[in-house]
Amino acid sequence: MQTDRAWVATRKGLFELRRQGTRWQIKRPHFLGEPVSMLLPPQRDGRMLAALNLGHFGVKLHRSEDAGALWAEVATPAYPPQPADAAGVPWKLVQVWSLQATPGAVWAGTLPGGLFRSADFGDSWQLVRSLWDRPERAEWMGGGYDVPGIHSICPHPKRPQELLVGISCGGAWTTFDGGTSWANTSRGMRADFMPPEYAENPNTQDPHCIVRCASAPQVLWCQHHCGIWRSVDGGATWLEVKSAPQSSFGFAVAVHPGDPNTAWFVPAIADQTRVPVEAALVVNRTRDGGRSFETLRAGLPQRDAYDLMYRHALDVAADGRTLMMGSTTGGLWASDDGGDHWQTVSLNLPPIAAVRFG
Amino acid sequence: MVQVRFTPQLRRFTSTPEVDCQAATLGAALQAAFVQNPRLAGYVLDDQGHARPNVAIFIDGRRCTDDVGLSDPLQPDSQVWVMQALSGG
Repeated sequence: MQTDRAWVATRKGLFELRRQGTRWQIKRPHFLGEPVSMLLPPQRDGRMLAALNLGHFGVKLHRSEDAGALWAEVATPAYPPQPADAAGVPWKLVQVWSLQATPGAVWAGTLPGGLFRSADFGDSWQLVRSLWDRPERAEWMGGGYDVPGIHSICPHPKRPQELLVGISCGGAWTTFDGGTSWANTSRGMRADFMPPEYAENPNTQDPHCIVRCASAPQVLWCQHHCGIWRSVDGGATWLEVKSAPQSSFGFAVAVHPGDPNTAWFVPAIADQTRVPVEAALVVNRTRDGGRSFETLRAGLPQRDAYDLMYRHALDVAADGRTLMMGSTTGGLWASDDGGDHWQTVSLNLPPIAAVRFG
Repeated sequence: MVQVRFTPQLRRFTSTPEVDCQAATLGAALQAAFVQNPRLAGYVLDDQGHARPNVAIFIDGRRCTDDVGLSDPLQPDSQVWVMQALSGG
């Protein structure tokens, strides 16, 4: 993964950024004017994907073979014909919400809750029926959107058959056999938005974002609708982290690729008030597995700031020091020292959906 | 012959053939166009083959009535226009 290039997916285009010296600069837009909901940054061979969500004409996927120099449309994940007796959400693609590569495959998480797999980098897609056909899916529900969706795809870097996905609202699900079967792995999470007797129902949990530590893959961090959770056993059990200052509400989370105890969060007041506490933008960082946090402010706007970082809009590069985050009001900030200091890259971008290094 | 025409807005994304065909229903006329550009189908119809909510299809100046089954009958010389509904921002 390159640490001197970043990609910002926005409501009106995909922006390519380069680091020149100590400054990040916008190099050029791709798909200017079109909503880009997610991207898969360039892989070692230069191939990358961008997911568009055209207002009138639906979701489209584009692939570049050369890190964005040229693009061509490829196949769009499509749901199979919906049986007449299939209740629940329409089997219609609403959005590609997450993209992830594993050796030999690319995965797309979508609204309304389907996981798709491609073995040819987007030329064709297959709905993962083993998850889609789970009867528990009837309990999934929308969280922020009208329909449920898969926003997090966390492959296990050392176990090719193991993959965890995060669903709003449907909890965390894990396959240990390459997608043949799935288990809900949300034990310990708690949904305060449900009636009390259903608060621990694993199928209605709302993990806003789940990330896995690259070097210690049994450790996962989750920014949940109702707080912060951490797992040290690959998702089998989750423990709530209650020590975050200001607020434990937010969407984004990033984990240091080399240190499972270091993670970053961007707090907002609460689900009813999704803006920074006291209109001062901060980042909460823990370096001891969640026992304590530092609230980082240097370089971030400390007055009149109403920026919200959405779930995919905070990323950490492979070096563990380079960070970037973008807001739904078009602010973009970067740090080259793990969040101790931030520089403003832009305050004038369209609403930002996702930030990715690579 | 039935004439099928597409909004120029679509040309930004994919080719929009002008099709003159024999078709008894809206669905059949659209399929005649999709044969020439299969990718176009995904811009006009959703996963289930229904007209997309923000696509407006007119037959001889009147909005089609069956967005789901596309069963609206055509006359031998009908004109079908696939347009972009006024929505979004």
